[in-house]
Amino acid sequence: MSTIAVSTTVNGDPAEFLCAPGESLLDALRERLGLTGSKEGCGSGDCGACTVMLDGQMVCSCLVLAAEVQGRRIATIEGVAEGSELHPVQRKFLEHGALQCGFCTPGFIVAAKALLEVNHDPSEEEIRYWLAGNLCRCTGYDKIVRAVADAAAELRQERAPA
Amino acid sequence: MTAQTYHSPATREEASALLLANPSARVLAGGTDLIVQMRSGRSAPAAIIDIKRISAMMAVLGNDGRYTIGAAMPCTGLLRDEGLCRDWPGVVEAANLIGSVQVRNRATMGGNLCNASPAADSVPALIAAGASAVIVGPDGSREVPVEQVAVAPGKTSLAAGEFLAELRLPARPVGGGDAYLRSIPRTEMDIAVVGVGVALVLDGSGTCTAARVAIGAVAPTALLVAEAGAVLVGTKLDDAALDAMAAAVRSACRPIDDKRGTAEYRTAMAGVLAKRTALIAASRARGETA
Repeated sequence: MSTIAVSTTVNGDPAEFLCAPGESLLDALRERLGLTGSKEGCGSGDCGACTVMLDGQMVCSCLVLAAEVQGRRIATIEGVAEGSELHPVQRKFLEHGALQCGFCTPGFIVAAKALLEVNHDPSEEEIRYWLAGNLCRCTGYDKIVRAVADAAAELRQERAPA
Repeated sequence: MTAQTYHSPATREEASALLLANPSARVLAGGTDLIVQMRSGRSAPAAIIDIKRISAMMAVLGNDGRYTIGAAMPCTGLLRDEGLCRDWPGVVEAANLIGSVQVRNRATMGGNLCNASPAADSVPALIAAGASAVIVGPDGSREVPVEQVAVAPGKTSLAAGEFLAELRLPARPVGGGDAYLRSIPRTEMDIAVVGVGVALVLDGSGTCTAARVAIGAVAPTALLVAEAGAVLVGTKLDDAALDAMAAAVRSACRPIDDKRGTAEYRTAMAGVLAKRTALIAASRARGETA
């Protein structure tokens, strides 16, 4: 089996790793680059716990091969906060108690942030459809939906001219 | 996962040569079926041929109202082409019923077709629209109707060294409209129990002059039901015409029983959905809805 050298960008920084031909991006992020925030729930694209941004589009990193990301841009949960400053979506998840075990949370945060970048004022229905690919077995989703709506409201205020 | 090599060829010829040289090689587009199959052990390709770095493979090209869609174009990418959304909304909607946003950002109609699942959502919509598939191989390329690509669950008519490079949609006819509906037990993230695609043309008086009806998830492959389209032609889509179309659809169904639905339910629902889909297509043909 040949080993492949990959050069890519992760959370704005250049990153290089060696991977096997059939290795997933999720495994490379976790095992090669030590970025263990993205989780493997199902490994089949149903649960969204491994959600990352690839060239600005959210994808399940378990369904991307590591070799595919040569020259591409990846953003993971580790890049959502700015230093010690939490992103509004992260802060609202804490305030609303929108997590219990926390395993699904990185995927939800990355997906919710992606939603609020393309839709500044999503309806509850739009939030629920957008997050249909993220499963949570603890919360029953209501607190997650409320946290995302609240984060959207805060971001709208921040964007509004003073 | 046990692939031995990964290739990302820059040209169609190179991709075809790699496929010919590696009999167990698999083409990688969005990976939402292939990578799941590799992980579960259902597929163990010696080589993976990633076609996404080949020119125009991730593009929609319009020309005189016709469209060429690269085989690796993700489903959500279709939404960004205004012309395609205006002319073939049923096709774009069908592709964007599949999976979640994460899945649709990777999954492609080309992969949906070549994975050859009987329940593939985009396939009945493409067949109804009269789409064709451009297949590239060692001897050049050939163009075939979409309904001739899948031959059985998981099996296609592609020969050694061949891969799907493009899907082509004809220009939408004057007075034309298309639609796709599917039935699933949930509201999202499920596989079709029945799917129906309809494309039809109405003249100035509202009389149907052409119609194509295709069904999915009710036979080993998606089917073009020629009789169902034929009984609509010459009518104003009155109840009797729609009933005759539904009867033709039901008689073409050869479904299986499984956990998502019984054969009897699938057959009955195919008729119901066909009527609803035809009415949406007609409303689009009249310009009443987008």
